[in-house]
Amino acid sequence: MSGGSGMDMKSMKKMKVGVVIFPGSNCDHDCYHAAQVMGMEAEYIWHAARDVSGFDCIILPGGFSYGDYLRAGAVARFSPVMEAVTKFAERGGLVLGICNGFQILLEAGLLPGAMMRNRNLKFICKTIHLRVENAGTPFTGACTPGQVLAVPIAHGEGNYYIDPEGLRELNANKQVVFRYCDSHGAVTDEANPNGSCDNIAGIINREGNVLGMMPHPERCVERVLGGEDGRFVFASLLKHWSQGGGCDAGCALA
Amino acid sequence: MQDAPWREMGLKDHEYERIVEIMGREPTYTELGMFSAMWSEHCGYKHSKSTLKLFPTKSERVLQGPGENAGIVDIGGGMALVMKMESHNHPSAIEPYQGAATGIGGILRDIFTMGARPVALLDSLRFGDLSNDKVKYLFDGVVSGIAGYGNCIGVPTVAGEVYFEEPYTRNPLVNVMCVGIMKTSEIARGVAAGVGNAVMVIGSKTGRDGIHGATFASVELDERSEERRPAVQVGDPFTEKLLVEACLEIIRSGYVVGIQDMGAAGLTSSTVEMAARAGTGMEIELSLVPRREEGMTPYEIMLSESQERMVAVVEPDKVDKVREIFARWGLDAVVVGHVTGDGLMRVKENGKVVAEIPAKILAEAPVYNPEARRPARIDELHAFDPATLPEPQDYDEVLMELISSPSIASKEWVYEQYDYMVRTNTAIVPGVADAAVLRVKELGTPGHEVGIALTVDCQGRYCYLDPYQGAAIAVAEASRNLACVGAEPLAITDCLNFGNPEKPEMFWEFQESVKGMADACRKLGIPVISGNVSFYNEAEGVAIYPTPVVGMAGLLPDVGLTVTQGFKTEGDLIVLLGATGPDMGGSDYLKVIHGVVAGRPPRLDLEAESRVQACCRDAARRGLLSSAHDCAEGGLAVALTESCISGGVGAHIALRDSDMRHDFLLFSESQGRIVVSLPEKNLGELEGLARHHGVPFEVIGRVGGARLVMRVVEGAGNSDPAGPGRFQMRRLIDLGLRELERAWRTSIARHMTDGESGSI
Repeated sequence: MSGGSGMDMKSMKKMKVGVVIFPGSNCDHDCYHAAQVMGMEAEYIWHAARDVSGFDCIILPGGFSYGDYLRAGAVARFSPVMEAVTKFAERGGLVLGICNGFQILLEAGLLPGAMMRNRNLKFICKTIHLRVENAGTPFTGACTPGQVLAVPIAHGEGNYYIDPEGLRELNANKQVVFRYCDSHGAVTDEANPNGSCDNIAGIINREGNVLGMMPHPERCVERVLGGEDGRFVFASLLKHWSQGGGCDAGCALA
Repeated sequence: MQDAPWREMGLKDHEYERIVEIMGREPTYTELGMFSAMWSEHCGYKHSKSTLKLFPTKSERVLQGPGENAGIVDIGGGMALVMKMESHNHPSAIEPYQGAATGIGGILRDIFTMGARPVALLDSLRFGDLSNDKVKYLFDGVVSGIAGYGNCIGVPTVAGEVYFEEPYTRNPLVNVMCVGIMKTSEIARGVAAGVGNAVMVIGSKTGRDGIHGATFASVELDERSEERRPAVQVGDPFTEKLLVEACLEIIRSGYVVGIQDMGAAGLTSSTVEMAARAGTGMEIELSLVPRREEGMTPYEIMLSESQERMVAVVEPDKVDKVREIFARWGLDAVVVGHVTGDGLMRVKENGKVVAEIPAKILAEAPVYNPEARRPARIDELHAFDPATLPEPQDYDEVLMELISSPSIASKEWVYEQYDYMVRTNTAIVPGVADAAVLRVKELGTPGHEVGIALTVDCQGRYCYLDPYQGAAIAVAEASRNLACVGAEPLAITDCLNFGNPEKPEMFWEFQESVKGMADACRKLGIPVISGNVSFYNEAEGVAIYPTPVVGMAGLLPDVGLTVTQGFKTEGDLIVLLGATGPDMGGSDYLKVIHGVVAGRPPRLDLEAESRVQACCRDAARRGLLSSAHDCAEGGLAVALTESCISGGVGAHIALRDSDMRHDFLLFSESQGRIVVSLPEKNLGELEGLARHHGVPFEVIGRVGGARLVMRVVEGAGNSDPAGPGRFQMRRLIDLGLRELERAWRTSIARHMTDGESGSI
């Protein structure tokens, strides 16, 4: 891991992020690293943990929890840590589920809808474009509305589905946070990599503190990796936190 | 009548006689099974051992050469790079998904068993003609299998190569390479040292899958091969992911004396090799081995190739600690025996000895020096004169056809199925440059990252025409690919795929290839630190092209200076480093356009090669270049096309006329050539470097527009004092970027969906 620069003063309090490790998580190190790069304090949380208090944000990382042999996220939702994460979220704590983490949030019922296999039935890894549909969340506050971000995806089951009624509700409540789009921001079918309903790439709960997204912001916070648009998500969290937006300070959507 | 049991297991009569002689008695059935696995070609290297000694294996950086689970080189800063490549050809021919998946599982274990965290996978694949339905099935299954295992375990697949050629139709090649990074202070080895130390079996339970896989890998494929499907193992990447974490944890804890994965020949090879390396013996009790099936015989337990298992040797007072760590990861870690001082591999079942053989004898398979004979085809093939072929009328058409041929076309369909970014180290992703580049988080600082560059290369057609030359070219090309991104070669791991070595012609191909590789390695100063030999790649008497695949790793002191292959900026000059000659033998132009695989492969001047590479590397490190791309399959025209597509910008090229036919000029596969582009202001410095290194240098055009236009200057040469008035430009190629890109990018996907819908 990158060594401390020596500039960080002990007295300067940092935002504290907890990265959950399920058996089979494989983006846990990446989230941890990205959080550190962004100046956050990061700590791992073992899947058997029953208490996740003391964190400013919990990240459920990507990977193949429990092998995902049944259905992505279907087993992970029963792990002890998810009970704690659910309580944390109920108290207003910020929870970010990325890729498999998003799938787990759906399976756990913290977010509505379900994931199906990509419409081409293949795993897809590439950098795609996202349009920020709601820049008023703790996860997107550093973005401008309609901003286009280039962020990688890497999944086999990212084809988001929700029934028409649910979709209406998501849209009505501005719960769709990211949509797949082309490089100019046009939301088209060609720009939809996996067949997701309404090009949905990321959604938030009604209370506005639990976000799930298929793309991987943690994979693009450093220039050496070819893109830095992922910084916006982390910068948003930092902005929210520095403005006193802890767990209780009104994360709810306006 | 039933055949003798040793023959059923793949042993020769004289080998059996030798066993009886050594043992002083008839071996038990279990012992016979252990001998046949350990003395199989796959484990014993009996036909290849003496030839492999030709490879240079040392350099100042080599910490571990051949003989261990993987090779290790020092990359500075207290860190080391670990690498190994292996084949999983026969399993993939029978059961493509699991065959390829377990290939990934096996190669990963070779890396983390050394104490390294696996950070990258590469694959080198070969199939038959992609219009064949069976080939599509195999190709699709293999790619899915690699994706299924690699993606799940979270190791990025960062580079590779895929070729489609007739001889691989029934016997595809699936070679996978893994690279790991570790602290030099944490190297673990596969040794069973310390008499009295506990022997632990860790990871998955043992089942009846994959029994005699090693033997299966050591015979030709035939109509009975389908029956061997049970010899193909089933992979469980989830368990392997847990195994990686748990093993790295126990290695770092210092609790293990030695550790080794159970690959081919499972419990037999792992225990025997560990004891033989340490000069010790081992006693194990089979009733203690966790099994997933009841009623397994000692023979089955000893030869099962169930995946995701390891053997560790642990000091007795550390056993509980090791067990604890594994329990936390939900894995079994069970003491099944102990290290002894008598040099014997003793296997018991419920206290009764079922096998007792000196470990050294098992580990040292007989060494053969088979007869080698130059195949008659070689002279015939060399006699072919490409000049006898008709010259095409429409070069646009030729180029379009070449770039749409699946071997040259974009491999996007393949690599988009692989997670090539996980672990957030991949600085250069597939399809962007001539080699993958990963930053090493433990080295360098933000903004000044140190990286490694990785590539796999081999052109089987060249090796078919001249194995010596073809193999040397594989080394040169791999090294050139590293030079294009600006990296210095560190070491090679290889996977040598050949036919049946008991046939003199096949063995000659093997011998010549090793000589060619070894000579190129010496000239370029690159050691071979690990590798694998895969013989018997024949199906119903048809052998594959000799295919010595070279995997190479290089070091990049500054990732920020990495050069990619795409043209970048309108107005940049395009320069060809190296000279073009009429090297048409074995070219893609001959094969794709004229349907001919013949001639002599391209000449290789290793001195010139070395100079061109040094020049490109120096230029990259001085930050002179906007792009660099080597001329390989399809020659100059294809290299330029790829640089245009990759950069999303066109180019105008004017080539100096020579005595060569225009098709030769465009599509010759002369070695030692790199196309670079650069801002005009850097031209003088590059020219100076080229002169310093003694490298042929020619400005051939300029980046710009949305078309690739290639002209040749006919009439007088450039330096003709008579002046430009006598020049005549002849346009050979004029194609829009969009058209080129569509043909190149979508070709494989089109092949794969062809026939699916029944229409179009």
